[in-house]
Amino acid sequence: MKAAIDLNDVAFTWQGRTQFTLTVPHLTVPEGEKLFLLGQSGSGKSTLLSLICGITQPQHGTIAVDGVDLSTLRPSARDRFRAERIGVIFQMFNLLPYASPLENILLQLSFAPARRKRLDTPQEEALRLTSALGLDRDLVLNAQTTELSIGQQQRVAAARALIGRPKLIVADEPTSSLDANSQDAFLDLLMQQCDEAGATLLMVSHDARLAQSFDRRLDLADIARTERRVA
Amino acid sequence: MILLRLALKSLLSRAVTVSLTIFAIALSVALFLGVEKLRIGAKASFADTISGTDLIVGARSGGVQLLLYSVFRVGNATNNVTWQSYQDIAGRPEVDWIVPLSLGDSHKGFRVLGTTPAFFERYKYRGGRSVAFTQGAAFDDLFDAVVGADVAAALGYDLQDSIVVSHGVASFTDHYDKPFRISGILEKTGTPVDRTVFVSLEAIEAIHIDWQGGGRSQNTISADEVRQMQLTPKAVTAAMVGTTSRLKIFDLQRWINEYPQEPLLAILPGVALSELWSLIGVAETALIAVSVMVVITALLGMAAMIFSGLNERRREMALLRAIGARPWTILLLLTTEAALMSLTAVTLGIGLLYTGLWLARARIDAAFGLYIEITAPSPREWLVLGCVILAGIAISLLPAIRAYFLSLADGMQVKH
Repeated sequence: MKAAIDLNDVAFTWQGRTQFTLTVPHLTVPEGEKLFLLGQSGSGKSTLLSLICGITQPQHGTIAVDGVDLSTLRPSARDRFRAERIGVIFQMFNLLPYASPLENILLQLSFAPARRKRLDTPQEEALRLTSALGLDRDLVLNAQTTELSIGQQQRVAAARALIGRPKLIVADEPTSSLDANSQDAFLDLLMQQCDEAGATLLMVSHDARLAQSFDRRLDLADIARTERRVA
Repeated sequence: MILLRLALKSLLSRAVTVSLTIFAIALSVALFLGVEKLRIGAKASFADTISGTDLIVGARSGGVQLLLYSVFRVGNATNNVTWQSYQDIAGRPEVDWIVPLSLGDSHKGFRVLGTTPAFFERYKYRGGRSVAFTQGAAFDDLFDAVVGADVAAALGYDLQDSIVVSHGVASFTDHYDKPFRISGILEKTGTPVDRTVFVSLEAIEAIHIDWQGGGRSQNTISADEVRQMQLTPKAVTAAMVGTTSRLKIFDLQRWINEYPQEPLLAILPGVALSELWSLIGVAETALIAVSVMVVITALLGMAAMIFSGLNERRREMALLRAIGARPWTILLLLTTEAALMSLTAVTLGIGLLYTGLWLARARIDAAFGLYIEITAPSPREWLVLGCVILAGIAISLLPAIRAYFLSLADGMQVKH
């Protein structure tokens, strides 16, 4: 079986006021797996996700997503690759405040023509996803993005990540702004939709309690090393 | 196009700052175009100060000087033209008509011009318009006077009012013994005619008949006595001449300039007017420079507005990057926003200008005699408007390039 994510001997150094180095000797995520990655803040989880999404490039080692070695792609091709194959959900500020919820979902497709081609009517698919994620059709069509609650915003973000069936969903603390009840409900719906789309799910969180329903759970501290040095 | 929609939505979400910025640019554009229209209007009005006259004749001096004292009533003639020379010119076959101009006296700061009633038919301005009377008519009696619109307005004159002419242009001696009666008031023309008191050529002779060498003589002659006397002038200051054919103008001009009995000068008013305009044209360059600077200031204001919004938009940029936007897309988004703002501002500016012109045109004409034509923007103005939009885009590249590098550095999440 092809690996959804495959990291080998990866080293990345971020040179700011302090020097920050993240090394990942090895990490493989099989296709279709739901992987929970436990990481405290400052453990390098955001850096790891940036590397997997191809936004930042490691100085050393290889990162392959869906069988494609990211270092072989030019920067613009990497941006296109990310748009086509990955859906991203953040902890907060997932949506453009000036665009409607529906426009936010469809915006993903304007950067990913292949994902768009898979859909007959993108708008209907967006509405199907949002309703499967428990959002009112009327809300998605007519509400202002800024009027939505955090929970509703996260569902819209999930719909945007899922639309057009990308291979990989990357979620960075997607439930940290939600209360405990909504967290479980949100995760259930997200997983259900990932199953339906056949997508691999990689979720990073500091909250170990959420790991129960995942296929596998890893502690970031076990697979990666970080090093900080004042320059 | 998705970028255009995003830019538009993003601008709409910041309606207050964006519309203030747009309004500032629009005002500056309207100001620039307004200055341009005023400049062209002023130039045309100036060039139209006198038309229909083929030659202006005076004693030999400079062309601009002759124009200044004969048409604009600025400064004084160094010499007069003798009545004999005037008669010789009037007798030439090329001459269709001739109107004498006799200057030298004043009334409360306004120049007094001695001429013939033909002046009001022959003097044309603004492409052939004649001087019209709002009240009354040209002088009929020896002591009739016609006043220009500014004179009547400034001094509050009505028909039949009695006025006294002063001797010279800045003296305190009055021709009090020979008062004039106002027989006509002219309409506003926007030319020096508005600031002139007109009397007959004979009247000029009459009020000076008992003067000798700049002073009143001992033997005074009363106003009634003077009516019985021969009032042929000894000299005139200048003359307006119309020829029978345009082709004859240069022949006549040469004949006058080579007139052996007296050094004379004949000028083409149009040529002298454009010479004079080139002297005062420096002011128009200054006006243009100032309005260009106002446009640049407004554009800098827009750049500052985009810059100040960058920090709070870093999360938005990071989000766009995360869902697949290239850094180039971010740069393009910001420049598209600037282009939309500049385009709206220029359109609004044009609207403001024409609304303003339409509202103020009649008032400007009445108050300053400045006639501004409402015409579509000239190719030169379109070019400038295009440059404003391009400059707006160019200036927005500064914040846009900064956003480009910020989004590269920030990656998927804004680092705090």
